[in-house]
Amino acid sequence: MNLGELLILLALAVPLFVAAAVYAVGRMPDVRETLTLVGCIALAIVTLAMLMRVGQGDAPAWIAARPLQGIELSFRLEPLGALFALMASVLWGVNSLFSIGYMRGRREGNQTRFYVCFALAMFGVMGIAMAGNLLTLFVFYEILTFSTYPLVTHKGDEAARRAGRIYLGILVGASVTLLLPGIIAVHVLAGSTEFVAGGQLAGKVAPGVAGILLMLIVFGAAKAALIPVHAWLPAAMVAPTPVSALLHAVAVVKAGVFLILKVSAYTFGPILISEMRAAQYLLWLAAATIVIASLVAMRKDNLKARLAWSTIGQLAYITSAALLPASAGLIAGGLHMLMHAVAKITLFMCAGAIYVATGATKVSEMHGLGRRMPVVFTCFLVGALSVVGLPPFGGMWSKFLLITASFGSEEWITAAALIVSSLLSMLYLAPIAIRGLLPPVNDAPPAEFTRPGGAPGLTVAAVIITSAACIALFFFADEVTAFLIPIAGGAP
Amino acid sequence: MIFFETLYAAPPQLAAHAPALLVVGPLVGACAAILAPNSRWAWMISVAASIFAVWMALCIAGEVARGGVVDYAMGGFGPPLGIAFRIDWLGAGMALLISSIGVLAALYSGHGLRSEVIQEKHNLFQAGFLLCQAGLLGLVSTGDAFNAFVFLEISSIGTYALIAVGASRDRRALPAAFNYLVMGTIGATFFVIGVGFLYAATGTLNMADIAARIATLNDSRAVQAGFAFIVVGLGLKAAVFPLHGWLPGAYAYAPSLIAVFLSATATKAAIYLLARFAFTVFDPATDFVHTFLVWVLAPLAAAAAIVCSIQAILEPELRRVLAFSSVAQVGYMLMGLSLASVAGVSAGLLHLGAHALMKAALFMALGGVAMSVRASALADFAGAGRDAPWTMTAFAISAAGLMGLPLTFGFLTKFRLIEAALSANQVWIVAVVAVSSLLGLIYVGRMLEALFFKPQPPGTARAVEAPFGVLIPLWILALASLWFGIDASLPESLANAGALALFGARP
Repeated sequence: MNLGELLILLALAVPLFVAAAVYAVGRMPDVRETLTLVGCIALAIVTLAMLMRVGQGDAPAWIAARPLQGIELSFRLEPLGALFALMASVLWGVNSLFSIGYMRGRREGNQTRFYVCFALAMFGVMGIAMAGNLLTLFVFYEILTFSTYPLVTHKGDEAARRAGRIYLGILVGASVTLLLPGIIAVHVLAGSTEFVAGGQLAGKVAPGVAGILLMLIVFGAAKAALIPVHAWLPAAMVAPTPVSALLHAVAVVKAGVFLILKVSAYTFGPILISEMRAAQYLLWLAAATIVIASLVAMRKDNLKARLAWSTIGQLAYITSAALLPASAGLIAGGLHMLMHAVAKITLFMCAGAIYVATGATKVSEMHGLGRRMPVVFTCFLVGALSVVGLPPFGGMWSKFLLITASFGSEEWITAAALIVSSLLSMLYLAPIAIRGLLPPVNDAPPAEFTRPGGAPGLTVAAVIITSAACIALFFFADEVTAFLIPIAGGAP
Repeated sequence: MIFFETLYAAPPQLAAHAPALLVVGPLVGACAAILAPNSRWAWMISVAASIFAVWMALCIAGEVARGGVVDYAMGGFGPPLGIAFRIDWLGAGMALLISSIGVLAALYSGHGLRSEVIQEKHNLFQAGFLLCQAGLLGLVSTGDAFNAFVFLEISSIGTYALIAVGASRDRRALPAAFNYLVMGTIGATFFVIGVGFLYAATGTLNMADIAARIATLNDSRAVQAGFAFIVVGLGLKAAVFPLHGWLPGAYAYAPSLIAVFLSATATKAAIYLLARFAFTVFDPATDFVHTFLVWVLAPLAAAAAIVCSIQAILEPELRRVLAFSSVAQVGYMLMGLSLASVAGVSAGLLHLGAHALMKAALFMALGGVAMSVRASALADFAGAGRDAPWTMTAFAISAAGLMGLPLTFGFLTKFRLIEAALSANQVWIVAVVAVSSLLGLIYVGRMLEALFFKPQPPGTARAVEAPFGVLIPLWILALASLWFGIDASLPESLANAGALALFGARP
């Protein structure tokens, strides 16, 4: 077993070990939380090492099992996956800090189950990020779905269970009825589902057939929340905020668009994508999703619901990027995956901090609240402006690249949708922070803290870290872009 | 297949008679169980006879691995006068499956019977169980069409009685057993009438001889009528939609041991015989067989996969949910067979094996908690997952396989089935499997949600962990499901060899 295989094994084993260890020491909360944090750090180191090896052109690969003839569970890193793995593991660490503050601040029950499932979800994410073929990706995609179900239904009441049914029903339903047949069809037509630079299906199927496969896969990957299969995401907001923050801004939703990016780059390949009419139709649908989601987000008074709808729109950005008939789109998509994750987790964690401190969940309850919680609201503003795409925040670069790529490939509808939605997101996100920081119009005092001392220190620390990252990424975007260049067609 | 040669450890005199001993072992065991001094002895005899059958099945598999086919003339009288056993990879694989499930079921019966059947009947019960096992083992190894009927009846008569014994737990077992008796007898009669037609047309009862002579008789109405009778008769036994009416009651009200054993073996043996006739005795390329496969079997199988999954969703009783799911899953296997390609048949056989493991484990886990819960409605089992975590985790693993979740055996078999359907350009089968999987997700999800995430309803007995003697066979099955989900090379090579044997056996 060489070092690359060892790294892959570690990336899978660390979350599993954390899950087992957290379960074992569940009665000692301090030990339990320490274990989670140590696991986060270990995983971040492992994924960083993998990222560096990918950067040096020495990508780790490992064939783990051959369940049937011609079917492999295999792992192979490439820039997009390495980036996803690193992003998810670092944000898992930050989010764990936040979780500890939030869960203790709210005195939530079943905390051990919560941390166990979180670690299992990270196991799924690592498998997705490192998957060497579509089948392996599918396996871990399902693991991620099922390990997050207990998190979504954490409250355990009938409303949470109903949301859980929608969550599982749409995600698993789409994956078994559309995604799996799509993957098996790829397997039959190409003889393998392995991810190959330039596209496994390139030159093997007609664009018409490939179009059907693309439809199956894009709609089957319901985690990407393209509009007819998006309803699970607003439903999943019944989960505690740390779950919404990590899973429904970073891990789960990004797993969906990551799958679409991977498939676009390595299964169909840029050439086949540019020849397909189906890709064109899906682009229009994604543009519609972007605009509709922004409009719905404007009307939502519940902060988490507004953020969820904003996420649906932002995910459609990445889906568009994957389907643009220009390989520059892939890079823009990969970059946006990172930028949006960092910004959106900031927003969710701010929402969670506000909720713990004051119990406020509605935007209309937050006027002037920034006077009491200036740090949190400033961080919210940073995250919001990064989502909008203004300098000096990371989100600007990915949006810039994306709009450039859509102009470059003459996809005017996509370009228009991107610009319109930027304006709309300015309207539905920024005012929350600004109104919070300005004095209330009728000089009524802002809501009192329901928890003595306001937001727990750990939650505030977590939002400061990610909002600082939003600014830092503005200056390091170039390095990330350079790292991603190989996915657009060069060597994997 | 080298695996079986290394397991081939029996004195040559014994191995030479393994095909006969495979059946005789459980038969002798059945007689001994009746004479046993008490129920404990009867149980030990039952376990010992089942283990002996597994040993003989392994011997046969070893022989087949060496020579391809084992021919054995009962009593030294060769065909056409004597009864010939003819075991190829398919028969050997089925014998292994049936006898291994038999051992696990026998182990389980130690505890399972105590709570469900009155003490005085234990000896008779074990005898009936062994008789049923002997019949099924004979069914998959015989090469004689009439002899197949005899074994079918031996196993069925045992089954009728065993289902009726469930009456001490639930009176509805009596009508269920009677229902099955009537339906099963009609099925067996149809089968024997069909065999009679073939005998009239060909003058032989030996399957290989029928196959050789039938080649020139395909236009004969007698042969075609014979085929129709055989197919309907076996369809009844295999619970092919819409001939499955007897099955839900039989599985739901029988003692749980019988539900475990039957769900894993009885319909499977009938499917085996159906495949044997459709592919080996008759030629699947001839018009009427082809028409049957494509226009009768495939649509009925698809209907089963959809309709019975919906019935499973609507059903309030837990064991009946599993029973309807069995009919739906039989549909999957038959869809595989209806493709009439090696890949399709192999996928069907692979699913047959996977489903046997899953359903046996599911019924076993239910039987395990039903010892304490003593109810039949799903709602009464709510919260059992918290009180009996080991039992219910094994249930959940097997249920995940039923849904076809990744990393379980059931996922791989569904994968192979869809792959085979796509290769044969039968896209509609893919659609049926997809929709049926979605329905499966709903009924399995409904069960798991109640078991694990709902609070225990007031006024019901608290679930207690199943005893150790139940957990061992249960976890063997659950772990097998998981293991084969990661490395299914052994069952796959068996299924492939079985499918090739079905087609290759044509003269």
